[in-house]
Amino acid sequence: MKGRVPAGTGRLGDRIFGGTAKGAGLLVIAIVTLIAGFLMSQALPSLAKDKVNFLTSTQWNVDGSPLQFGIANLLWVTVLSSVIAMLIAVPFGIGVALFITQYAPAWLSRTAATLVDLLAAVPSIVYGLWGLQVFGPHMGGIQKFLVTYLGWFPLFKPSGIGAASTILTVGVVLSIMVLPIITALSREVFAQTPVANKDAALALGATRWEMIRTAVLPFGKPGVISASMLGLGRALGETVAVMIILSALADGSAWSWSVFHGGETFASKIANNAAEFDSPQKAGAFLAAGLVLFLLTFVVNSIARIVINRSKALSE
Amino acid sequence: MKTQSRQRFASITGVALVGVLALSGCGSDNNPAAPAAGNGAVNAADCPTGTLNGEGSSAQKNAIEQAISDFQATCSDATINYNPTGSGAGIKQFIAGQVNFAGSDSALKDEAKPGSTSIEQADADKTCGSPAWNLPMVTGPIAVGYNVKGVDKLILTPAVTAKIFSGAITTWNDAAIAAINPGATLPAEAIKVFFRSDESGTTENFTKYLHAAAAADWAADPAKKWSGKGEGKEKSAGVANAVKSTEGGITYAEWSYAKDNKLGIAQIDNGAGPVELTGEAVGKAVAVATQAGSGNNIKLQLDYATKEAGAYPILLVTYEIVCSKAKDPAKATLVKEFLNSFAAADEQKKLQDIGYAPLPSAVQTKVTSAIGALS
Repeated sequence: MKGRVPAGTGRLGDRIFGGTAKGAGLLVIAIVTLIAGFLMSQALPSLAKDKVNFLTSTQWNVDGSPLQFGIANLLWVTVLSSVIAMLIAVPFGIGVALFITQYAPAWLSRTAATLVDLLAAVPSIVYGLWGLQVFGPHMGGIQKFLVTYLGWFPLFKPSGIGAASTILTVGVVLSIMVLPIITALSREVFAQTPVANKDAALALGATRWEMIRTAVLPFGKPGVISASMLGLGRALGETVAVMIILSALADGSAWSWSVFHGGETFASKIANNAAEFDSPQKAGAFLAAGLVLFLLTFVVNSIARIVINRSKALSE
Repeated sequence: MKTQSRQRFASITGVALVGVLALSGCGSDNNPAAPAAGNGAVNAADCPTGTLNGEGSSAQKNAIEQAISDFQATCSDATINYNPTGSGAGIKQFIAGQVNFAGSDSALKDEAKPGSTSIEQADADKTCGSPAWNLPMVTGPIAVGYNVKGVDKLILTPAVTAKIFSGAITTWNDAAIAAINPGATLPAEAIKVFFRSDESGTTENFTKYLHAAAAADWAADPAKKWSGKGEGKEKSAGVANAVKSTEGGITYAEWSYAKDNKLGIAQIDNGAGPVELTGEAVGKAVAVATQAGSGNNIKLQLDYATKEAGAYPILLVTYEIVCSKAKDPAKATLVKEFLNSFAAADEQKKLQDIGYAPLPSAVQTKVTSAIGALS
């Protein structure tokens, strides 16, 4: 007797639970679709009236009657600050997760895990104030070093902005904000590595690092990518800390690739001006920027999903 | 099992400790100056009751908080809430009928904005069912704050100010600045301009001043969005802080922020000699304003290019926008009593301690009589 419940004669508990789970899933999908719909319905009229190329223009005149707005500057600053944040946070996060799960004794790993989780509890505004007033001034030394040796490269060209208010400083503070997300998820995944795999690697004579490299990391790759995507989502959408730290640029400033420049991200620009949305046209222009952020996060997450599914298919 | 119960005991104690510490932090932290007995025009005997909700300008936040706390000290059954979300948001909420009064750095406009067909004054009149009145209540001087070592006194003319903020003058020891500051040792460092990155009434009024008094050097139309050069920081606190921590920085901010951050405050020479920023000097500038609005709708047209002796020309006036006939008759008395107490001479004088200038008596009389006509 196999004892399998035949399909179709589902007991009440099964049906209720299955229905609730399906309902929750549909609700989340509905919410995301509705948000996308809201952004599109508000943004499309303004996009239609835009007189310059939305993706490549750096102008932002949304008050007057020739409506001209473009997100080139916003896109660059958002992407640059998030990339810097991820380049710092992902290796660190994986390192901390490996330390907590593989290297640390039990008492230390619990304490370390709690402390890292506490980083996530700090409000963004506190990060902003800390980054601007305490941490920012220390970036001056790093900035001087990079400018002296790499100043010829467009990415490190010096600008007149104070060291505490540059894209680089924002990127570093964002990496600290994003670190607990990546660490928490990664360490859960690493902790679930099958003991058999680890023991097999050790039995074959691998050192601790080789065991991690061959048994733990490949197993945890999908989880780490998921964690990084969540962290990236937070970094792309971070508003208050960016508003406080990053210096905005005056209209008509020259384009610069430099990480030592200022600017605004999508989220900080919308937040800075949200109180003064006095016409649907103006609100639509800002929401168009929000729509780009939404689509950007969506695209990045989809690519990550594809990567994860590919690597899962290969490993099965 | 003993360790388990010990652990449980330890964790309960820990939670209790944290709870005690957290709760001990409760208590009001917003303590404006203690109200003096017998201030304003409200008698404890005829205190109205009820709740008023207002929203709008953040420039008048400190002033209205002081006025509310003084009013509520005399009339403890009245509750007045003010949310400093910005002039634009305040007017929007007032037109939507969500708040009883709005605070705004500029009076309701009579023309439609480009790109829309709605006129603020007309919409507000419709929401109220009666004319909406703009009552000037708080005069906020805008200080030009700077941080230059060794320079205690700085005199600026409108033309030089416009050139500094538009990037035409880039170093402190420029000939133009030295010419109007004989005797000051100006260092050869770069001028770092800071502006408001968020849309603000302070920017609008400062650019109105530059456009009116130095049109040749500041051609851009006044707007809530900054049209000059520099680095943008968020809110007055952000710009004032940035100047304090940057050598050679200069910005425009409400007087209270410049004072709190101990920035140097420039004296403005509009053509009648350098004028230091004091409450009286600002009052003189408001006194020469004309009224552009009929009867009790007191929309002030400030003359930023005034050559009145001893007048400090860079200021913003915050209006309280109310319905002349309250939509909710139960709130009518509360609105009237609160505004009366706000406009009273003693209250206005108290505002000077927190960085505002009292309404000059001519304007104050007009405002009081308009409040009297509210119903």
